Amino acid sequence: MMLMELQTPISEDVIRSLHVGDLVEITGIVHTGRDAVHKFLHDGGSLPVDMRGGVLYHCGPVMVKEDGQWVCKAAGPTTSIREEPYQAEVIQKLGLRVVIGKGGMGDKTSAGCKEFGCVYLHAVGGAAQVLAECIKKVRGVSMLEEFGSPEAVWELEVEKFPCVVTMDSHGGSLHKEVLALSKEALAKLL
Amino acid sequence: MAGLKDNLLELIRRTSAEMPDDVNRVLIDALKAEEQRTTAEFALKTIHANIELAKKKSQPICQDTGSILFYVHGPVGGDQLTFEEAAREAVAEATKRGFLRQNSVDSLTGKNSGTNLGPGTPVFHFTQARDAAGLDVRLILKGGGCENVGVQYSLPDSRIGADRDLKGCRRAILDAVLQAQGKGCGPGVLGVCIGGDRATSYAFSKEQLLRTLDDHNPSPELDALEHEIVATANQLGIGPMGFGGRTTLLGCKIGVVNRLPASYFVSVSYMCWAFRRRGVVLSADGGRIEKWLY
Ligand code: SF4
Repeated sequence: MMLMELQTPISEDVIRSLHVGDLVEITGIVHTGRDAVHKFLHDGGSLPVDMRGGVLYHCGPVMVKEDGQWVCKAAGPTTSIREEPYQAEVIQKLGLRVVIGKGGMGDKTSAGCKEFGCVYLHAVGGAAQVLAECIKKVRGVSMLEEFGSPEAVWELEVEKFPCVVTMDSHGGSLHKEVLALSKEALAKLL
Repeated sequence: MAGLKDNLLELIRRTSAEMPDDVNRVLIDALKAEEQRTTAEFALKTIHANIELAKKKSQPICQDTGSILFYVHGPVGGDQLTFEEAAREAVAEATKRGFLRQNSVDSLTGKNSGTNLGPGTPVFHFTQARDAAGLDVRLILKGGGCENVGVQYSLPDSRIGADRDLKGCRRAILDAVLQAQGKGCGPGVLGVCIGGDRATSYAFSKEQLLRTLDDHNPSPELDALEHEIVATANQLGIGPMGFGGRTTLLGCKIGVVNRLPASYFVSVSYMCWAFRRRGVVLSADGGRIEKWLY
């Protein structure tokens, strides 16, 4: 297991150097986006933010306004597979280098990662407090009116946000590997 | 009534922010068992840090505070309606204070009630006993990710080669573990029911989650099966979050109820590592806290 520090914006070379099983810590800018955003982009919509070389986080954070400033109270990952029909297209359209979520994604996204130079990172599901601690500042929000708070695009400044590479840009998928091995192991134990 | 509401509010706060000891202990053992410098160790370390932080900040362990399941056991003649009213008030207040996320959505319109109150939410299970001294109130918060990987088998099931016997039940339960991998935020705990109809079987499988992880099943046969399922699941290499590793399950609790001759259900409820379960014994009127459970 290798620990890599990533600073946004991230170059394709850096992404290509990552492999399944690596531990990464992201510092810089991360945007949230989940179901509504993916569907919106797929239907031809465009966002008022530039995410080229950036990071999209599948997350519906708990945000509160304190003294006129947004503060993030909890920010764990949500299940990614719901975005499988749209993800590869969204990676290309926005020029993403990193998608963060939980539970992994399928073959279409894997092919997209390979073609466009992107990785899928798995954050620890349920670790809402630890991950919220890594968010140093909420820099802004778009689509808040249209999609509501959990589905809006939040621009977050993060420091050492920890994840594991579970799908790399070479077609590797930890999810596929573990599924195959565990199936084999179970067949022997039945 | 005001005393009851306040006590239930504190029960909700504790359940959302503080893990039960029995689960914590098993998670600590799990961390020791994982190889160092692996993604499995990283996941468990993050989980531990998260548990500590949530307790310190008195904030939800996970942002999905889930289905709100009350299990209430009291003396004969207890006033269920008054209890429900107080509990609803406590739930709405807990939501306002951020101990609970707004989690009750109209299934047709998609509108969130904003209070966690609505048809079917929260959920109450009442039981009574002639000799019950006080009011035993237990609360489980069960997240959506893990609820989605719950599954019900109708045996025989030729897809997994499961017949109508304990061996078949074992196959069904282990298949559920395999299918849940990477989803539902493992390492998890299984609540299982053998028998019942479709509805009671699922309900009873969830009730198994009220048992502490270190208890023993009164049936030696089932006790052995519970241990064997955990040991076998932990040899599958699925690991925390499905990253690979040694800890796939933290526990498995199995109950049986009678079935119809024509039916043979095995229902599996999956609980994520963020196993939020707490309980309290109150005086019969609910106004005084006698002791905390778990
Ligand atoms: S499955 Fe559990 S830990 Fe994971 S997001 Fe849902 S409630 Fe949280």
